[in-house]
Amino acid sequence: MTNYKKQKLSPGHNACAGCGQLSAVQSVMRALSDDTILISATGCLEVTTTAYPQSAWQLPWIHSLFENAAPIASGIKAALNKKKKKTKVVIQAGDGATYDIGLGLISGMWERGEEILYICYDTEAYSNTGVQASGSTPWGANTVTTPAGEKSFGSSQVKKDMLKIALAHGLNYVAQSTSAFPDDITNKVKKALATPGPSYLQILSPCMPGWQIKTDQAGQGGRLAVQTGLYPLLQYIHGELSTSSIKKDFKALPVNDYLSIQGRFQHLSKDEIKQIQALADKNIKHFAL
Amino acid sequence: MSKNKNKFQPPTTKPGSALNNKTGDWRTSKPVIDKNICIGCSRCAKLCPDACILMKLDKEGKLKAEVDYDYCKGCGLCAAECPVKAILMKRGE
Repeated sequence: MTNYKKQKLSPGHNACAGCGQLSAVQSVMRALSDDTILISATGCLEVTTTAYPQSAWQLPWIHSLFENAAPIASGIKAALNKKKKKTKVVIQAGDGATYDIGLGLISGMWERGEEILYICYDTEAYSNTGVQASGSTPWGANTVTTPAGEKSFGSSQVKKDMLKIALAHGLNYVAQSTSAFPDDITNKVKKALATPGPSYLQILSPCMPGWQIKTDQAGQGGRLAVQTGLYPLLQYIHGELSTSSIKKDFKALPVNDYLSIQGRFQHLSKDEIKQIQALADKNIKHFAL
Repeated sequence: MSKNKNKFQPPTTKPGSALNNKTGDWRTSKPVIDKNICIGCSRCAKLCPDACILMKLDKEGKLKAEVDYDYCKGCGLCAAECPVKAILMKRGE
């Protein structure tokens, strides 16, 4: 039998086959040292990796309430500071815990300027409870709480810009990536941990049931999001946009390439797709892709 | 009667105990790697959500991908992402 002792997240967890989030988590884990404490907010990652009495984690790991990941990390950091230990503290949460439920407490943690890395795996909905819309759900997406039909085109709200909220707190390191770029994720985690002060990393993670895609499409979904300009690979160091890597994977593909592989966007009319293309065009112009 | 009967047992578990959970039986298709085509780029191993593709050296000292079928859920992400199409999904195996 293979020895999995060195892997920080072991196989045998209960995530869906082909889960985009768990794929991204493995890239994050490769960047961490053994001297790390992990905190999970409530969500798929917490539920699927710790089905009692089993745990897939091979690093110290803690979970409390849905909104509570940030203050728990603050407490752990305070204890580590008191003991004069340099142990890294990393929070992993979904978009529900980040965009909506935990936002106030995250803001407090960033205000205090504690050296904690916050990673948000952005599935663009509350995947764990059956795909309800969150603050991260993009315009036009069909979810359980924003159902598309005769009188509705899906979510009528646009995706909240969490990166700007992070930047407004004056964070030294803010970045965005997607699950199709494992090396990009690993590099960004390393950079975030090397930057003093709090940092924020957001990773677009295709969700099989949420996006209504096939189990082998997590890579394709993450890649097309970047290539169409809807989810560019961004990196802000000390508030300044670093232009070194964001252009590399951009291909100026039409957004329909990205939308058409997902069941949650199948109902959109040509006019509605045009409005989403406008969002991508806005990104392309703003970030000079 | 056990001495610890009334003692509080914290809900902690052993690290990596999920390894007891052999998720290989979820599988409906099986990834088969053609080691003659595999260029050892590690993309499949890095992307595998279950981290059950391992890069191993072959007899000639070249890096090749190998799947641990005890845990592979058969999602097919590795086959879809392989840049040289060295992985084929075989149904029903």
